[in-house]
Amino acid sequence: MKRTTIDLWVGIFVAMGIAALFFLAVQVGNLRGTEIVEPYELQARFDNIGGLKPRAPVRSAGVVIGRVHHIDYDSERFQAVVVMNIDHRYTFPKDTFATINTSGLLGEQYIGMEPGGDEALLQPGDTMMKTQSAVVLEKLISQFMFSKAAEGTAPK
Amino acid sequence: MTSLSPDLAPVVDIRDLHFRYDARDVLRGINLRVPRGKVVAIMGGSGCGKTTLMRLIGGQLRARGGELKVFGESIADINRERLYDLRRRMGMLFQFGALFTDMSVYDNVAFPLHEHTELPEELIRDLVLMKLHAVGLRGAAHLMPSELSGGMARRVALARTVALDPQLIMYDEPFAGLDPISLGVIGQLIRRLNDALGASSIVVTHDVQESLQIVDYIYFVSEGRIIAEGTPDEIRASTDPWVHQFVWGEVDGPVPFQYPARPYREALLGSADA
Amino acid sequence: MPEILLRPFVRLGHSVVSAIWRLGFASRFLAAIVLMSGTTFRRPYLLMREIYFSGVLSLIIILVSGLFVGMVLALHGYDTLSRYGSEEWLGVLVALSLTRELGPVLAGLLFASRAGSAITAEIGLMKATEQLSAMDMMAVNPVARVVAPRFWGGVISMPLLAAMFSAMGVLGGYLVGVVQIGVDPGSFWSQMQSQVDFERDVLGGVVKSVVFGIAVALIAVFEGYDSDATAEGVSRATTRTVVTSALVILGLDFVLTAFMF
Repeated sequence: MKRTTIDLWVGIFVAMGIAALFFLAVQVGNLRGTEIVEPYELQARFDNIGGLKPRAPVRSAGVVIGRVHHIDYDSERFQAVVVMNIDHRYTFPKDTFATINTSGLLGEQYIGMEPGGDEALLQPGDTMMKTQSAVVLEKLISQFMFSKAAEGTAPK
Repeated sequence: MTSLSPDLAPVVDIRDLHFRYDARDVLRGINLRVPRGKVVAIMGGSGCGKTTLMRLIGGQLRARGGELKVFGESIADINRERLYDLRRRMGMLFQFGALFTDMSVYDNVAFPLHEHTELPEELIRDLVLMKLHAVGLRGAAHLMPSELSGGMARRVALARTVALDPQLIMYDEPFAGLDPISLGVIGQLIRRLNDALGASSIVVTHDVQESLQIVDYIYFVSEGRIIAEGTPDEIRASTDPWVHQFVWGEVDGPVPFQYPARPYREALLGSADA
Repeated sequence: MPEILLRPFVRLGHSVVSAIWRLGFASRFLAAIVLMSGTTFRRPYLLMREIYFSGVLSLIIILVSGLFVGMVLALHGYDTLSRYGSEEWLGVLVALSLTRELGPVLAGLLFASRAGSAITAEIGLMKATEQLSAMDMMAVNPVARVVAPRFWGGVISMPLLAAMFSAMGVLGGYLVGVVQIGVDPGSFWSQMQSQVDFERDVLGGVVKSVVFGIAVALIAVFEGYDSDATAEGVSRATTRTVVTSALVILGLDFVLTAFMF
């Protein structure tokens, strides 16, 4: 086996391997500008976080601008404390709403930031005042059924 | 030693060497000397310890007791680097050649030159061809080991062994399994190469007739001890029963024909459990 | 207690003890290989040759298997997802299964059977025909010259092969899912991109394949070097390479998955 043939094939092999990795990174994964640059921390408290998990996205107007870092439980106030990392390029007013939404009907849950009108901005380490808990599907269904039942028995 | 006078310190000097393997005493006090420029044969039956002895000389095994000096240095507690330095002055021919099967004949012989020297390629080429010519296989340089016969493979291995002009050459059963022509060829090569290189050689074998023709001195090993030694003439004239049985190939003698067992009559007529 | 009942337990205990012993040898062997790796990197041709023999020659089996695995994943995946109207998640299913698990594990198993056993056989045969002893007697360290290049060749080839396996799998998934069945290509790729995290999933898979590569390469060279110098011994050693590699890969997979995901 000639040296040059082996070198050629090894070169092709390594090139293919790197190409495959590149393909996986870019085409399959999300290695494109979704890095959260120099994040700052914000906290938000919820009565029910539903299926929210660490590393879930934080979106504003649908665009990912941060990630959930970790979730704690406050046993005095019986609330979930969600700690988020927000990209330092984006700031929000103090009266911004943090809502827990679902992607699609059965998708994973994320935090949506709905900005308010306050001139003062949320500072790193602040706790957001306005939050909306996750919608629990079962409660929704039972509400629906209850209201349907009420409709049926209401005097016509 | 009787009639062989060493003029310089012997290349290999062994005194009272002991070696055990797995609780078995393989060598029990060996005394052996290989003078410079001589070809020494170590002979004995199978399992007598002669191959072990050669492994010890080459440093592949470590002795437990006694003195083993090669090139004047004790190799009992030597470190790997120093051992490799000594090995560069040695050459060992393995029983079936042990050629590297993924390389051609040329590359095999060139291997020690490539690994241990910085010589330019043209010079290496000349050396390889010279060595191959010395063993009569210069025309086979492009062949692969799988295309060689047993005798040819062994000759190529011999060319590889002497590639760096070693001062001590060891042969592990070089005559085993060869046809009469190849036997004669190898025997002559061992003698001629030794003399041409000014080296010393050790041949481990049990081929008596061929050895008696080419060596300068013979040691007989049995059950881990040297039981006889001498020049070929002395050996041929020896009256020692063991030597006599070995040299003339007698069926029965000090080495018995029958494997130890109960008396024959008893075994035939006795009960079933032997 | 009758001896015949105790015998299987004695044998079991014996094999466990000898397995732990061999683990110790293998670790020391790994240390020796790493220490003697200078030659491998100073003479790149040796390494190239080994990357060729373990990597390039495994290409066909890796690429074809990867393709088929991806295709089958897509078939099964579509069958289940379509029941919940979630066909757009097919890409995610195929990509995550491959990058996190199937790529490193299956590529590792295939590599062990093809390249690993070949390395074991090669080294074992060299040992049986005294080539390693001859090299040692010529003052060339066989671990540095024969073993280390094969080890590093395996370590370098494995992650590349695993990446190619996953990539081919995704392509296979695309061929079945989009081209054959008709899932929307836009949602196939975009859902995949949004759900597959580079650091967690792709790099996690790469880390796994590197670890598997080290394990399989070590097992392959060790079994070869440690084999009995007979034809039978070499054949036993190659079998051991494949079996041990498989068990170690699956075991390490569990540990790494628990750790990383």
